Amino acid sequence: MDRTIAIDVNRLCKSYDGHKAVDDLSFQVYAGEIFGLLGPNGAGKSTTLRTLITLLHPTSGTATVLGHDTVREADLVRTLFGYVPQERAIDRFLTGREHLELLGALYHLTKEEAAKRIAELLKLVELEEHADRPAKTYSGGMKRKLDIACGLLPNPKILFLDEPTLGLDVQSRLRIWDYIRMLKARGMTVVMTTNYLDEADQLCDRLAIIDCGKVKTIGSPAELKVALGGDSVSLTIKETARLGALASAIKGQPAIRTVNATATGLDIRVESAEKALPAILEAANKLDCRLDFIDYHRPRLDDVFIAHTGRSLKDAAPAEETT
Amino acid sequence: MAHYWQEIEALTLRWVRRLSREKFSMLFTLVQPMLFWLIFFGNLFQRAADVQVTQAPNYISFLAAGVVVMTVLNNGLAGGVDLLFDKENGFLERLMSAPIHRSSVILSRFIFVMTITSLQVLVILGIAFLFGVHPATGLPGVAMILLIGMLFGVGLTAISMAMAFSVKSHGDFFSVLGFLSLPMIFLSSALVPLTAMPTWMSVLAQFNPMTWAIDAVRPLILTNWSDALPHVGMAIVVMLIFDALCLYGGAKAFRRAMG
Repeated sequence: MDRTIAIDVNRLCKSYDGHKAVDDLSFQVYAGEIFGLLGPNGAGKSTTLRTLITLLHPTSGTATVLGHDTVREADLVRTLFGYVPQERAIDRFLTGREHLELLGALYHLTKEEAAKRIAELLKLVELEEHADRPAKTYSGGMKRKLDIACGLLPNPKILFLDEPTLGLDVQSRLRIWDYIRMLKARGMTVVMTTNYLDEADQLCDRLAIIDCGKVKTIGSPAELKVALGGDSVSLTIKETARLGALASAIKGQPAIRTVNATATGLDIRVESAEKALPAILEAANKLDCRLDFIDYHRPRLDDVFIAHTGRSLKDAAPAEETT
Repeated sequence: MAHYWQEIEALTLRWVRRLSREKFSMLFTLVQPMLFWLIFFGNLFQRAADVQVTQAPNYISFLAAGVVVMTVLNNGLAGGVDLLFDKENGFLERLMSAPIHRSSVILSRFIFVMTITSLQVLVILGIAFLFGVHPATGLPGVAMILLIGMLFGVGLTAISMAMAFSVKSHGDFFSVLGFLSLPMIFLSSALVPLTAMPTWMSVLAQFNPMTWAIDAVRPLILTNWSDALPHVGMAIVVMLIFDALCLYGGAKAFRRAMG
């Protein structure tokens, strides 16, 4: 893969009234990859994205897009990327074609250039038939397609997507994923935020897990899972009072890596399930802990998330601000 | 420069399209001022109003200037609403992430609001004409009325946009709007001349730029140029100061919101 750096975020900080939305955040995006910013609402993903699209000035630190600073060279940077905001960034009264014509003028295309490109894009996102209907008659999936067409109108080298599949039905989601893969195949660099683990796992070449304004870890989904080391066993226990005792009995046994207590049981990282499971069950028996449920699985991205943030993405508190 | 015009033209066209597709709301914006204020109030208070006090042949001819400026007030204060919705649903972000001049969106909005307001003022003067109110200064007077209206409207639209960029929610926006507009109307010479007000009200009304605009428009409709000119001159000075303050505040709010 091409290791040219398309985007460089360096020690980025952004505070609002003393609250640090983004706190010393650094990452790089390579040209031609799909890069994901994964984290719960309020983690700082949108703030980071809004800095990259030049609409926020960092409190400190810098961000560059294709080598150009997003503050000092904002005008130039704006010509380099396409942007797909979160859903609803659509004018209900305008038709799909009128959205694209408006943007065509804002990117200073001539009428002929714009008409040609609009025809191509409408075909690409399969909105040709609906192009002349007001957007208020569109379904959620169609609005999203129009959003993406708008993002692609400037024919950008880099595309920013903010939660591209938020609130979509399964079919529309898969469709959007296809588009994103196709764009990558055409050589586009894609940066997207998401709070869906499966989306990050399926789609992203590399991703940064972000929580509380900081990058917790960066890598490809496969690397991140391998880095956890070993498979995972989760226990759900009836007598939660004995959790502590059970945890210390299991710790230090052969083939056991780490033991973490959860609200209802234990999350155990093991080298091999064959060796570890008997030891775990034996310890439970000895302490007379009745097991409600036992689950064994290969590492998932969810485990990566928990390992780096100390909580599951589902449980992560939704924050007050997502803009 | 060619780019700048291309942007402004496309953005202004968007506002026109939006309005043309909201026919219902267009009808109401247009009809409300003339129906309620001019026709209902004009006729309702006809006998209650004292000609000695209003110094006008009838109440409707006195009220016409007030209704013209009230229309400017309402359009101006509502001028930022569409930007507020654009801000809330992310459309503004989409526009501002394009390589456009930072002022294009705002300028397109000013052009649109000023044009709609002018058309409405002309409609109101037309309706008033049908009720026998013939502007004493003729067409040049009408042009001057439009100029004063525009000067007042620019500042009001700037206030509205500044609010749109600063408020946390649109609930706040509409509360402040409601809070501003009625006192602005009652603490002005729109409905009664200052001489007929209790002293404290007439003192407050003199700090209201709306009073100055109305006091210039009224002689243009009722009397003659020599009577009107001193008021027109004062109104233009007051409006320029008002606009400068509002535009300064508006620019600050915009910069804070758009980084």
